[in-house]
Amino acid sequence: MSRTTAMSALKTLKMAAALCAPLFLATALPAAAEDGETLYKIYCTQCHGVEGFGNGVNVPAMSVQPRNHHDRSEMSARTDEELFKAVKHGGKSINKSVLMPAWGENLNDDEINALVLYLRELCCNSGG
Amino acid sequence: MNVKTLAAALLVGGLAQLPAGALADGKQLVETNCASCHALERPDYGALGHAERITRKGPPLYFAGNKFQAEWLEGWLQKPQRIRPAGVFPPAAVKPSDAGDVIDPALLEEHPALSADEARQATEYLMSLHAFDDLIAASTYEPGTIAARMGQLNFSKFNGCDSCHQDSATTGGFSGPELYTAWQRLQPKFIASFIADPVAWDPNTLMPKTNLNESAVERLSNYLKLIGEEQP
Repeated sequence: MSRTTAMSALKTLKMAAALCAPLFLATALPAAAEDGETLYKIYCTQCHGVEGFGNGVNVPAMSVQPRNHHDRSEMSARTDEELFKAVKHGGKSINKSVLMPAWGENLNDDEINALVLYLRELCCNSGG
Repeated sequence: MNVKTLAAALLVGGLAQLPAGALADGKQLVETNCASCHALERPDYGALGHAERITRKGPPLYFAGNKFQAEWLEGWLQKPQRIRPAGVFPPAAVKPSDAGDVIDPALLEEHPALSADEARQATEYLMSLHAFDDLIAASTYEPGTIAARMGQLNFSKFNGCDSCHQDSATTGGFSGPELYTAWQRLQPKFIASFIADPVAWDPNTLMPKTNLNESAVERLSNYLKLIGEEQP
């Protein structure tokens, strides 16, 4: 599938999800169903950068460079489950840096899943 | 002077030019001047979702009496100095550059200064806001000591606090509030309680709740005491 086709399919999927969301809100999406991009902006950009290139405003103070989320090969080497685990339980849980905090008490599982979906968009569908 | 006249006077002339004695009531002063940027009552976080954090212009103040040191607050309101190097919501004050993201000073907002009388009245009222007495009562933290090297290791290598917070004017990250002044600004039990469970204080905090045990919280709190007491 070409990148353009993939992006178009993703957009269609998003639109379908948005249209269907009210139908399933009570069960499938108990959280506010905030989109991954919004959550990424709030919680991730300080270290991973406002554009996701791993060069956030805190980087000069960090001993480990945050992941560049546009790095397709690095990101492809991680499964969705691993990304979910890293966000929920912190970098240490997948043998990476302690500087990646555990967000599982701040964000619920639906929100973390939305973030994982957005990470996939950044790395692999947005020209990264 | 009614509220509308007062608001108009503030818009036109700023706080410092109000007639003396016009703001007899700290509550009125705070509600008139502070509420557009600071929450004076608990927001409906459930309805607002995490996006509330994007629109927040100042820290919530509805638990100010559980949080601040009154003397510091009164002084700061008269001579406000930036505590958060990248502002209240860092992504809004940061721009990409070839060298990575940088703070754009033009995007940082200044906090207005109050007169001595206004600062005293505002502080008196703010310190009466005690939404989280339960969290403070639940804290068992008693200030203690820690060796500088051990404190610094806890702050940096063991917990990564220095990624977001400065523990001196020249070391640490920029997205969180500076912490070398935390001991002057904040009540000890607030510090310990917030480190232990920031989400209980603020569901949309940018501080991760990492389930530190009591001793780890004590070590970090004592480190803030150590570096805070070194400040002028």
